[in-house]
Amino acid sequence: MSSVPVIEFRGVGLTYPGPPPVPAFLPADLVVSGGEYVTITGPSGSGKSTFLNIAGLIDAPTRGHYLLDGVDTTGLPDSERAGLRGRRIGFVFQSFHLLPHRSALENVALAMVYTGVRRRERAARAREALVRVGLGHRIDALPTRLSGGERQRVAIARALVARPSLLLCDEPTGNLDTATAASVLALLDDLHKDGMTLVVITHDTSVAARGSRTLTIRDGRLTEPPGRDTPTAVLRTAADRTGA
Amino acid sequence: MTPPGRGARRAGRRRKGRGRRPDRAAVSRFAPRDLLSEAVAGILQRPARSALTALGTVLGIGAFVAVLGLTATTSSQIDGRFNALTATEVTVEDVGASDGSAIGVSFPEDAAARIERLNGVSHAGVYWPVSLPEGDSVRASPVGATVGEEETQVAAAGPGVLRAAQPTLKEGRLFDAYHEREAVPVAVVGSGMAARLGITTLESRPVVFIGDRPFTVIGIMGDVRRKADLLLSVVVPATIAAQEWGEPGTGTPARMLNSTRLGAAAQVADQAPLALDPAHPERFKAVPPPDPKALRDTVGSDLNQLFLLLAVVCLVIGAVGIANTTLVAVLERTGEIGLRRTLGARGRHITSQFLAESAALGALGGLVGTALGTLTVVAVAMARQWTPVVHPATLLAAPLIGLVTGLLAGGYPAWRASRIEPAEALRR
Ligand SMILES: Nc1ncnc2c1ncn2[C@@H]1O[C@H](COP(=O)(O)OP(=O)(O)OP(=O)(O)O)[C@@H](O)[C@H]1O
Ligand SMILES: [Mg+2]
Repeated sequence: MSSVPVIEFRGVGLTYPGPPPVPAFLPADLVVSGGEYVTITGPSGSGKSTFLNIAGLIDAPTRGHYLLDGVDTTGLPDSERAGLRGRRIGFVFQSFHLLPHRSALENVALAMVYTGVRRRERAARAREALVRVGLGHRIDALPTRLSGGERQRVAIARALVARPSLLLCDEPTGNLDTATAASVLALLDDLHKDGMTLVVITHDTSVAARGSRTLTIRDGRLTEPPGRDTPTAVLRTAADRTGA
Repeated sequence: MTPPGRGARRAGRRRKGRGRRPDRAAVSRFAPRDLLSEAVAGILQRPARSALTALGTVLGIGAFVAVLGLTATTSSQIDGRFNALTATEVTVEDVGASDGSAIGVSFPEDAAARIERLNGVSHAGVYWPVSLPEGDSVRASPVGATVGEEETQVAAAGPGVLRAAQPTLKEGRLFDAYHEREAVPVAVVGSGMAARLGITTLESRPVVFIGDRPFTVIGIMGDVRRKADLLLSVVVPATIAAQEWGEPGTGTPARMLNSTRLGAAAQVADQAPLALDPAHPERFKAVPPPDPKALRDTVGSDLNQLFLLLAVVCLVIGAVGIANTTLVAVLERTGEIGLRRTLGARGRHITSQFLAESAALGALGGLVGTALGTLTVVAVAMARQWTPVVHPATLLAAPLIGLVTGLLAGGYPAWRASRIEPAEALRR
């Protein structure tokens, strides 16, 4: 069971067709096992979000095979890609992306609309998720009445409520001050302890250091600093492979 | 390097082996109820804008309902006049041969019997105004003065005419087939005429003199529902009139008054000329009651078309308004679109959501417009003391037209929304 990695890239690469074509993510192999906390750093424009979009089934790679929970996503029909995305992946963004006119509860419940969770179940599960992120007392608040940290917690609750196997976070603390960022990061640590698989993009080195494993992207090339290889962590860029 | 790959391949095969529905990788869905509640939420989150957007549809549908309602109301006034009485009346005129000869003399002797044999005829009879010879007049006694200043009319009529006229008898009876057959000198008069003749009761067996001939008055009519001029005449059986003063002629042509059962009038009018004279049906002109639909159409056509055009213009403006607002909303809500895609929405789910929003907006405009249009009809009708009439089909169709308008207007923006790349949308 746990032997099946959550993320497996086999020579996955993405070139935006352009013109001119932009090789935003160079072909790479990567394995992320269940329960790992992977942080990804890199300069602006290096391809971090591109990587996240591929891993999150938002963009389809132009090369290679991406297996999510062992399911080869290559050539899946759109309905199944969307289904996988809704059920197995939770997203957390720098800018929260909460619907401003919906309460915290409704925002969280929205994550169960497209995944076939019965309406009756939704409110209870959304409430549970909000309690989990420490917002049990702000359930009916509108996002505009919440602090930045609270908003990001709502977003995390929304990402968790569909019980995904993977949480993808793009600069989750980018819009937060140090104190609120710390509380959000503590929440992520908690989730990691509970066995959630996390991939967190950040350019804050202190945030990156919290991960059990840190990858770097530079000019679309994904690399892992040497010496931190774990048995389950397998990473090689396609360029290394051809060079070897 | 290979073990995970093999595992994955196994998983892939397992997925295929299970058929179209992989275990947790079930397809994404968007239940109709969720679609509806998302659309309603989308409209309600900007109530003022939604209201303004729907205004065009409100006006268009309102005008549509008001015009159709007012048309129905006015034509129902006409329909009111056009009641069961007129709908069951057929008169037959004697127009003579095409060369102008034989006018007024073409009714056969048994005309009433021929018509009464037709299906749907209740009563039929020939009548004509009697032209008295010079010096003859109607008097109450053999030597008295003439009644009133003006000449009193004498009408010759078959018994069917009196019955077709549906009189209310004040006293006595109508003459019948016996009086007609035997040419009995009897008369039926209206109550006003009776008073002028000095007749107050039939107990005394009163008589009127037409020329020198006495006619026993056997009935006094209070009122008639058809052919009101019968009340101003002394009505005598056609046979005795023909004996005394001759058959109807060119100057005083005979006509027929026929009453029919409801719905039979048009057919009776069709068949009457042939029944009267199979050899010369062209000598008779049967006048059926006017077709109520034709009546309504001539009344309804001219102004209404203008107003309906106006309603269509309003609707088009409404549609453009909805299209514009929805397009703005799509651009404004790009982030939301991206987010929904990450939550498992497909492009078509986004399309359906925006379509549902614009359709709901159109339907809402249609409903409010229907209400306002109906109120207008009621207000106008009350002011004119008419009965307001709005056809149920109008009330049902109006919100639907609003909905369709919204759907059409939302088409392009909704399509645009589905084309927004989620990655693009999330970068905002
Ligand atoms: N749709 C696209 N078409 C062409 N080029 C693109 C497209 N999307 C992104 N890129 C390019 O791909 C590269 C990687 O972009 P990406 O958004 O992944 O960077 P990033 O590492 O997330 O940067 P940041 O830290 O600023 O968010 C950039 O050079 C960007 O300009
Ligand atoms: Mg980025």
